[in-house]
Amino acid sequence: MSFLWGRRGRAQAGSSRQNVGEGNSPVKKLNFRIGKVPDQAVRIGTVFIVFIVSMVALRQHFIPESFGVLGHYRANAIPVIAGLPLHYAGWQTCGECHEDELDKKMAGFHRTLSCETCHGPSYEHAVVDPTATKPNLPRGRETCLTCHGYLPSRPTGFPQIIELQHNPMESCLKCHNPHSPAAAEDKPSCSGCHGAIARTKALSHHSLLPCETCHQTPAEHKESPRQNLPRKPTSREFCGQCHAEGTPVSGTLLGVDLSSREIPKVDLATHGNNYLCWQCHYPHYPEGK
Amino acid sequence: MGDKLKRREFVRKVVEGSASVVLLSVCGPMRSLVQASDGEEPAAYDATKHYYGMGVQIDHCIGCGKCADACKSENNVPREPYFFRTWVERYTIDGDREVHVDSPGGGIHGFPPPATEEDIMRSFFVPKLCNHCDHPPCVQVCPVGATFKSQDGVVLVDQDYCVGCRYCIQACPYGARYLHPEKKAADKCTFCYHRITKGMLPACVEVCPTQTRVFGEIKGRSSPLYRLMKMEEIQVLKPELNTEPKVLYTKLDGEVR
Repeated sequence: MSFLWGRRGRAQAGSSRQNVGEGNSPVKKLNFRIGKVPDQAVRIGTVFIVFIVSMVALRQHFIPESFGVLGHYRANAIPVIAGLPLHYAGWQTCGECHEDELDKKMAGFHRTLSCETCHGPSYEHAVVDPTATKPNLPRGRETCLTCHGYLPSRPTGFPQIIELQHNPMESCLKCHNPHSPAAAEDKPSCSGCHGAIARTKALSHHSLLPCETCHQTPAEHKESPRQNLPRKPTSREFCGQCHAEGTPVSGTLLGVDLSSREIPKVDLATHGNNYLCWQCHYPHYPEGK
Repeated sequence: MGDKLKRREFVRKVVEGSASVVLLSVCGPMRSLVQASDGEEPAAYDATKHYYGMGVQIDHCIGCGKCADACKSENNVPREPYFFRTWVERYTIDGDREVHVDSPGGGIHGFPPPATEEDIMRSFFVPKLCNHCDHPPCVQVCPVGATFKSQDGVVLVDQDYCVGCRYCIQACPYGARYLHPEKKAADKCTFCYHRITKGMLPACVEVCPTQTRVFGEIKGRSSPLYRLMKMEEIQVLKPELNTEPKVLYTKLDGEVR
């Protein structure tokens, strides 16, 4: 410890090296305890002790509590991570209130979906306060197309549609119930397969006419389309039912209210030089330019 | 004489100080032991009894991106399209066996149809996430011990302790980490640790519509993942690195990196 009061200790050491431990001063008392250890060893030992104590103090100060309890990390971090807030409640929680929907879903093709796959994170609604927030109610086509739009990378057999050909612009919910989404079996519409034609027709003057007005379709066509083809008009007189001169201009014709529409009329005998109508006028887009 | 008294006082203070430091360092852990035995923490979850992994069935994935979206919602991952804990990649191998990989926005909003379908030899989706390696390189390189493998096998980040040096981000061979722009700390998949410790499924597994992702125990307990490991041929990403991932893929194509 003589290092701590250096000058005097050094003077003493210089005057009598052998008698360092004797006398009444605190220096002598201390040296008495250490015995015959040389003065320089005491000094360097002091330096070591101070160093170790300060290191212990620094370690205590800088290394956080719980570091090293479970490994080379803060064990206290784990409860913090485990206590982060939840956002998804899980379908079991949804089913506690919405039993009917869950039962329906579990019996259908969407049985592997969680409610929150479509309705979004709903922990606030399901657990905290059901009235404060409502989950999403997606109704647009894009929600269904996220999974069911055609992509060549999707696994074979997964039900997919080509958006532009499958009932374009129609809501999926019109034919499919997302909680039990089997294909509509009783009445698949023509646009389910002939979407390109349906889309063209929707923009044309014939948009209000159902396909069956011109195409008599056997019921079997929906089962095996190529074996049971629908009929097509065969004569000019078919178009003449509406477009020949002398046909009604008011009332209803083929289920269409004529009062709001102006139907072009031609004299079948002189118009068109006996060509068939659809050689100039495409009926699904009948401007005929 | 006054000089000596000062010295004496100084010596006493040094001795007292060092003694108290030693006492504190002994008492600190004891205090925490006492607290633990009081039963303040709910003892329901025992990390030593679990060892988690995830299975990814490539042939089930439809590339809807619901998993990546749910992950961002559940874990407050920034919405910008370059911060991901999990994402979906689309692999397209053309007639010349050239591999094209794309992941627009991590696949969150689905994938655009390819420009042409004529030249595709095969194509599939690969969901990716932190592989929760048994020998994680990211943990090795962390200079402060802020990232670690917990007792249940999940690689976690202590974000209060992370210094944001990004060393782990470049050490990860799977690119599964990013620097959180607000917390300025490394962030990564935690298997939704806050959910699995409560007995729930990770958010991506919860929302996956085709059960592409299977979550469970990998060490001999009855769980969907264990069944998957038994029934299917299991592959991992970059096995040559000996990181021993705990994210297990089935029907993995040889081209997947």
